[in-house]
Amino acid sequence: MTTLQESAPTKPLRRPALGVGTIAIVAGLVAAFAVPALADDYWLSSIIIPTVIMGLAGIGLNLLMGYTGLVSIGSAAFMSIGAFSTYNLLLRAPFLPLPVVLILAGLIAAAAGVIFGLPSLRIKGFYLGASTLGAQFFFEWLFTNFSWFSNDSQSLTISAPRLQILDYDLQSATGRYYLVIATTVLLIALAFAIVKSRVGREWMAIRDMDVAASVIGIRVARRKLLSFGISSFFLGIAGALWAFGYLGTSDAHAFNLDKSFQILFIVIIGGVATIFGNFLGAAFIVLTPILLDRLSLVIDLSFLGDQGALANLQHIIFGTIIIVLLIKEPDGLSSLGRRGVEALRSRTRSSG
Amino acid sequence: MSGLLELHDVSLSFKGVRALNALSFSVAKGEICALIGPNGAGKSSLLNVINGVYRADAGDIVFDGLRFEAIHPQKAAHLGIGRTFQHNALFRRLSVRENVLAGLSRHGNASFFENIFRLGRDGAERHGFLARAERTMSFLGLDRHAGKIVSTLPYGLQKRVDLARALVAGPKLLLLDEPMAGMNQEEKEEMSRVIREVNRVFGSTVVLIEHDVGIVLNLASHVVVLDYGRKLADGAPDEVRKNPDVIAAYLGTVH
Repeated sequence: MTTLQESAPTKPLRRPALGVGTIAIVAGLVAAFAVPALADDYWLSSIIIPTVIMGLAGIGLNLLMGYTGLVSIGSAAFMSIGAFSTYNLLLRAPFLPLPVVLILAGLIAAAAGVIFGLPSLRIKGFYLGASTLGAQFFFEWLFTNFSWFSNDSQSLTISAPRLQILDYDLQSATGRYYLVIATTVLLIALAFAIVKSRVGREWMAIRDMDVAASVIGIRVARRKLLSFGISSFFLGIAGALWAFGYLGTSDAHAFNLDKSFQILFIVIIGGVATIFGNFLGAAFIVLTPILLDRLSLVIDLSFLGDQGALANLQHIIFGTIIIVLLIKEPDGLSSLGRRGVEALRSRTRSSG
Repeated sequence: MSGLLELHDVSLSFKGVRALNALSFSVAKGEICALIGPNGAGKSSLLNVINGVYRADAGDIVFDGLRFEAIHPQKAAHLGIGRTFQHNALFRRLSVRENVLAGLSRHGNASFFENIFRLGRDGAERHGFLARAERTMSFLGLDRHAGKIVSTLPYGLQKRVDLARALVAGPKLLLLDEPMAGMNQEEKEEMSRVIREVNRVFGSTVVLIEHDVGIVLNLASHVVVLDYGRKLADGAPDEVRKNPDVIAAYLGTVH
């Protein structure tokens, strides 16, 4: 057998010098660790933490939608399961340490994901998407109608009894940031391990051509359910972080259909079948409304009349940006980023 | 008679239209069997029944000593039935190598946790898979293209990837649905050579569908002629060529 030729790449070679990848990972970790020193509490609490958590939720949906090709518009339901499970575990089993609670909450969400993934064995595409709405409405109903889940609180809200690991109190913005970023880094590593394994390959095979996948012997049903389970595991942990790492106090309506659609947009805007793209999508979802807010303070929009019209205008602009983005960049922001890096690289190469 | 594959009175219909009508024939181990017949004769349907994509209405199939009326496609794969598709059903966003590796899925025995945490049997599986994939790709002349995304490849190469994906798992029976469709004469001859090699080197029994009668009669050792879901003729290429029914229905008019 001859050596595999490094043929003229239509795509860039996906095997850069090994050092570069390692350096990038280390630099990223150092940067993530240093963030609280650079950002004030407003940035941490209102921008960075929600962006990271929503990016993590995006990974959850992307594993299902981008890698396995199964549509879901019930993602927020699995987040709410994670949130309510975490709350109840912390409350009713106070001896459990927080990391264990988060994992258990993820597993509970995963179990629910497998159950609500069962229709995917029969239906696909749009119809499957519609059936995942069932999860969305069921869990919102469940958590608002059975007060046991919120420890019989009158307002049906849940707030974390404590956020600590080994006596370290994590209630401050910095503490919550470290909880969120550490969890996310671990789950990013897990996501990469999964998509680079045989499991990930079989998911993508099912996504691209499910009949052929079945004919070559891939256990399609089992893999689809596994995908629902793992996706919901990620979403469940993201939901717990959203409720207690970001909101502090939350209820079932924090995980409504709107939130599911936001996660869907994150995946589409960030890039289908990517991991880091989800954080670009999340940044877009979190930052754009804030920027539009700021913009409306600078520009005099009093001719519009009341605040309601202003809010509607923001929605319209937000929607327009999404549409333009999808037309101009159907593969998502991550492919835009990739092209940018390539352009930069070829420029440094030609000048160097 | 007993062969690797036997069909007994297999019938299949779609909403009242008979695709296969009490069809029986046998494929001996190690042969190259060609299915020919005009469009709509039921050839692709027949392959789909054999590996379980369709379920026959009546009749049964014996493969490698195992009798079944219907089979799940995954079970068929696990028994050693490989398959290519008329319109390449490749995993279009994956590279050639990943497509071929996916073809090995049924040989994977590492558990989910071993796979994702790279423990236990995962290492041996990864290495073994990669070695088998590289061997198959180099056999089919695909090693130059291993890293390319299949949807970017020309049609002829995609056909080879499809074949590689089926072949890599070492199937006992290889079902090829129009492996030479859309090829010019030169490419067809090249593909014939490859199929003959596969049959010889890998020992796979081959059942293939092909329209080019000239090519088929040279390549196959056994020809089954279908017409409107019925068997018109069955035998060695020379016998079939002389069969008056075949000449009337097919050879004389189409070719």
